[in-house]
Amino acid sequence: MDSWRKFPLVFWLFSLPPTLWLLLFFLVPLGLIWLFSFGEKQGIVGIDITWTLANYARALDPLYLQIFVKSFWFAGLTTLICLLVGFPVALAITFAPARWRPVLLLLVILPFWTNLLIRTYALIAVLRTRGFLNDGLEWTWEGANALLTLVGLGDLNLLGERFQPFELLYNNFAVVFGLVYVHLPFMVLPLYAALDRMDKSYLEASLDLGASQLRTFLSVVAPLAMAGIVSGCIITFIPALGSFLTPDLLGGPDSQMIANVIESQFKSANDWPFGAALSFLLMYVTFFVLALRAFMTRGRAGLDAA
Amino acid sequence: MGMRRRRDGIGPLEYTRRAWMRLILLATFVFLYAPIVTLVAFSFNDSRRNIVWRGFTLEYYEKAFNNAGLIEAFVNSLTIAFFSTVVSTVLGALVALKLWRFRFPGKAPYEGAMTLPIVIPEICMGVAMLAFFSRIGWPSGLTWPFNLGAITIAHISFSFPFVAVVVRARLANFNREQEEAARDLGATEWQVFRDIMIPYMKPGLVAGALLAFTLSLDDFVITFFTSGPDTVTFPVKVYSMVRFSVTPEVNAASTILIAITLVLTTIALVLQNRRTTD
Repeated sequence: MDSWRKFPLVFWLFSLPPTLWLLLFFLVPLGLIWLFSFGEKQGIVGIDITWTLANYARALDPLYLQIFVKSFWFAGLTTLICLLVGFPVALAITFAPARWRPVLLLLVILPFWTNLLIRTYALIAVLRTRGFLNDGLEWTWEGANALLTLVGLGDLNLLGERFQPFELLYNNFAVVFGLVYVHLPFMVLPLYAALDRMDKSYLEASLDLGASQLRTFLSVVAPLAMAGIVSGCIITFIPALGSFLTPDLLGGPDSQMIANVIESQFKSANDWPFGAALSFLLMYVTFFVLALRAFMTRGRAGLDAA
Repeated sequence: MGMRRRRDGIGPLEYTRRAWMRLILLATFVFLYAPIVTLVAFSFNDSRRNIVWRGFTLEYYEKAFNNAGLIEAFVNSLTIAFFSTVVSTVLGALVALKLWRFRFPGKAPYEGAMTLPIVIPEICMGVAMLAFFSRIGWPSGLTWPFNLGAITIAHISFSFPFVAVVVRARLANFNREQEEAARDLGATEWQVFRDIMIPYMKPGLVAGALLAFTLSLDDFVITFFTSGPDTVTFPVKVYSMVRFSVTPEVNAASTILIAITLVLTTIALVLQNRRTTD
């Protein structure tokens, strides 16, 4: 690597355009809402920067605190479900025959490249009252009923008079379902990366020495894959926490997440200082989680070196 | 014995051959793909309601193509993606070159700042852009395509750090002896850049450009905060259609967007594979 002093002209030529762009069209806008978060609304459009902390204090109001808690709960549950589903998937890909592995990986990655809005829209058709899931269930119900009639139990109406479709859309269930649907690939990829690096002879040794599959999984596979588990959980949790589209399109009136409140503060409620404070709180949480990851991986690196 | 061997043939580590593992794998792929596949299939369905299959039709594609608002949004999206890609690729390549080649004070914080647009929640960036453009009094009512300026600038801001990551990965394997040899033979800094660096970076530049193009074409959240009534992009238009109704026309429009993204990513993948093999 060269010192920048050796080729100052080239250095500045490479530096100036992207640095100025980042400064002007990214850091300045962020700085602006940071300032707004300490401001007070004046009339319809004016904002006075009075260095008040009232906007942050308002976020502690039970109404908004509850939305924060709910967002954490949704994102945490999503991360947990993704981990439980993603681990077997990653394990299956790791131990698949070599020629199948790239195909399976591609199948996991491919939905990533389909527009988020379109994937969320696709779920509406699956989950709504007359959607595919309810139709499938109704079909199963009719089949089961026909079977019961066939064995002479039809008159008892064991399964109820008629099929009752489930309310699957516009509620908290739909939001978590949608979040898992969108974020599952985020979890599988780091898990696969960690499992793939793992030395498989440890597993053989454990099994040869008489440990059961479960014991081997808990005491060998899981600890060896810990870095991947941590990474996967963090890169699933962060975007899930800041989700706007999924709760907006799939959620009901009580499934709003932080991002939806931020959006309404900047649009319909027109309270920019409060929306700005909420944005920064969301960003601080994101940075905290990222720092946690850096701290944890550094701890592990130190452990490995020791 | 032969029978026994076959039955016990699954080795302890051949998890993928276990039935329940295969079932999980299958269920996951059905979960991931069934909604998208049905969405595409029902764009060809001859019924207003998206529920029962009533035969093949292209009626909704015809409708989508005759929907002036949708076509306008589509043209806007492509225009924004084009300009955003050009600028993002140049800026991203410069960042990659700078970080790859130079030692300078404050390098770690600089790298951190460059990854900020990748890690911060989209909603935060969206509202920041909204606040910024309204506060500086960004002119509205400009003629096309200048009215797309605000959206394009926002797209460049979140795209070029991604390009930088891709190009830098390519540069990591560069053998600097090539560069030194050229210098020793009397090449100027510019000649080295043009005849050695650019050709070497090319696969990374193309992959980065395709990534920037898809990111721009797909973005909804950030665009949602920077677009106005005259500057609707394709995802924003689809969003407003989805909010009103679920129709096969939306399915048709979505299918077109899926097809475009799929083609672009296939090209990017092929290029990336060529990169790892050469």
